[in-house]
Amino acid sequence: MIRLEKRPQPSRAWSMATPLVAVLATMVMGGLLFATLGKNPVEAIRTIFWEPLFGEFAFYYRPQLLVKGAPLVLIAIGLSLGFRAGIWNIGAEGQYIIGALTGAGVGLAFYPMESWIIFPLMVLAGAFGGWAWAMIPAVLKTRFGTNEILVSLMLVYVAEQLLASMSLGLMKNPEGFGFPGSRNLQQYDSAHNAELIAGTGMHWGVVAALIAVIFSYVLLNRHMLGYHIRLTGEAPRAAKFAGVKPARLILFCLGASGALAGLAGMFEVSGPSGQVSIDFNVGYGFTAIIVAFLGRLHPVGILLAGALMALTYIGGDIAQGNLGLPSAAIQVFQGMLLFFLLALDLLTNYRIAIGKPEVA
Amino acid sequence: MKLTKLLAGAAVALGLAAGGALAQDTTKVGFVYVGPVGDGGWTYEHDQARLAVEKEFGDKVETVYVENVAEGPDAERVITQMALQGADLIFTTSFGYMDPTINVAKKFPNVKFEHATGYKRAENVSTYSARFYEGRAVQGTIAGRMTESNIVGYIGSYPIPEVIRGINSAYIHAKKVNPDVQFKIVWAFTWFDPAKEADAAKVLIEQGADVILQHTDSTAPQAAAQAAGNVITFGQASDMAEYAPKPRVSSIIDNWAPYYIARTKAVMDGTWSSVDTWDGIGPGMVGIGEISDAVPAEVKAEALALKDAMASGEYHPFTGPLKKQDGSDFLAEGETADDGTLAGMNFYVEGIEGSIPE
Repeated sequence: MIRLEKRPQPSRAWSMATPLVAVLATMVMGGLLFATLGKNPVEAIRTIFWEPLFGEFAFYYRPQLLVKGAPLVLIAIGLSLGFRAGIWNIGAEGQYIIGALTGAGVGLAFYPMESWIIFPLMVLAGAFGGWAWAMIPAVLKTRFGTNEILVSLMLVYVAEQLLASMSLGLMKNPEGFGFPGSRNLQQYDSAHNAELIAGTGMHWGVVAALIAVIFSYVLLNRHMLGYHIRLTGEAPRAAKFAGVKPARLILFCLGASGALAGLAGMFEVSGPSGQVSIDFNVGYGFTAIIVAFLGRLHPVGILLAGALMALTYIGGDIAQGNLGLPSAAIQVFQGMLLFFLLALDLLTNYRIAIGKPEVA
Repeated sequence: MKLTKLLAGAAVALGLAAGGALAQDTTKVGFVYVGPVGDGGWTYEHDQARLAVEKEFGDKVETVYVENVAEGPDAERVITQMALQGADLIFTTSFGYMDPTINVAKKFPNVKFEHATGYKRAENVSTYSARFYEGRAVQGTIAGRMTESNIVGYIGSYPIPEVIRGINSAYIHAKKVNPDVQFKIVWAFTWFDPAKEADAAKVLIEQGADVILQHTDSTAPQAAAQAAGNVITFGQASDMAEYAPKPRVSSIIDNWAPYYIARTKAVMDGTWSSVDTWDGIGPGMVGIGEISDAVPAEVKAEALALKDAMASGEYHPFTGPLKKQDGSDFLAEGETADDGTLAGMNFYVEGIEGSIPE
């Protein structure tokens, strides 16, 4: 008889190993899926994981990994702080949009003036926009006890409407023949978040993501506030006795994640995307939730998870183009990754035992 | 810029390397799609045209496609990917791919690009679109005749000139045959989202609309109309014949195949040049799907006569006298709108209620 037995303590080894096992399981099951679609599974898996890193055109795809991964990591780092303390910001997508709007708004307001001060101001505005948008669920929660999951999620849709309104009205390119969308910031030097070294994909957003990883690591391991965050998540009662003020923690966690999401949006709109447009947001805020959990809410884990997600996106598109795999198959493949991760998570807290239960 | 040189160098090297073995007889054509090929509407028709290209040229052509590509940096990456992999000709089939297409085209001067519905061209970038508003005139006529509640619902995607043009054309022709007709417009802010489209259709039906026109790509509004009962619809971009004879009573079909075949041929022959193509019913880029038996014979005849008049060029859907919504003059008696005005149309004609979202 096979049964599950609760471990006296969560297994550290399994906690580290499950992401790897999940990736392997996804490769096997994904391979089976691709085989049933009539594609060579080895070729498909190789295309997704190998081609972007070491394939013929890796010189182009490697920088793209940074472009795709940076916003995911930046947002996920912010989310992980709250998630650790049991504060659930599900609305990073909205904060990302607002950060892009405030950031781009400052840039567009200065057009066509050229000055070195414009970009730093846009960075501040982007962070502030995301922070302010996250303060809405934070204040409502601390004042009136509303549920931050619902409020932050609903505010995503409000932000999307604002984005559409800005693309069609206030921020519309006056030289765009009536079409929606702002001026392209890539063509406005002072506001352009250009590659720091051409051809590397390294833009300020990537730098910010790396800095956020380091800060988050230091905060969680070396700082009192980080200790309070972890304590609140792991032992809320103990946290209360230790003098943690829940309201302050909520304001900090939501504010920090909002500001980081806003920064991500600002770096995206001024760099790779270039434009405020109705379809500007492509789900980074939601994917970052997966990245945060895939990375075990640990800063270094999130960095690796962000890279992995970026890899499956880019490799997935290559597999579509080269092998004719449908995009739905790629999405299922990505879904499997999360599924296996959560399923295997069980092994951290339980072990599989074979035989009859021992009588205690 | 260094990257530009690197990419261009790679493209040249690839062209040389492939020149010996492959490119001599195989032309590689790439397609970038905004929705899934199974959307039953916009992307489906582009993919049908891709298959037509394959059928026409057989072994001489290789086609590749990537579906569900978000507009923005992802599109730029996918287009670059196709160019790197040796595509000779790339069709980018959504308005939002405009800047990405132009960006990639700069890096690959030897690859030809075709961007649908945009306005930015270059040495190696053509644009093409269809005069869907001609089809809207036919729809408007049928809608005006068929509605009993005198309320026609319209699901808009984005308030861009192409969509506004369609609304105006449908309204002008509905009004012509039914002076009491009223348009209710809902903006879905998506090209393809079955859930949102279904919601929009339901809202319009609840407000009394018994005809639903859509400028979004899924069949969800058709399904909503079918569930509601006495409501008619029109197929959008594709025939959507599975909902005929009712609710779907006719359709506007985008037929890209002749254009895609001609442009691929031009690349093969080395005669490709950058052009701006805007074709309608006449050249066959816009098709009117079979008008079903749910439509009375005399209305059908009237609609088909209008179609023929537009095909022969004898009638233009935007012919004066017409006023703008604010009451100012748009077209004088007998005057027709020029292409520039149509391309940038950002106002409703007189009689349409509500305002274009800003």
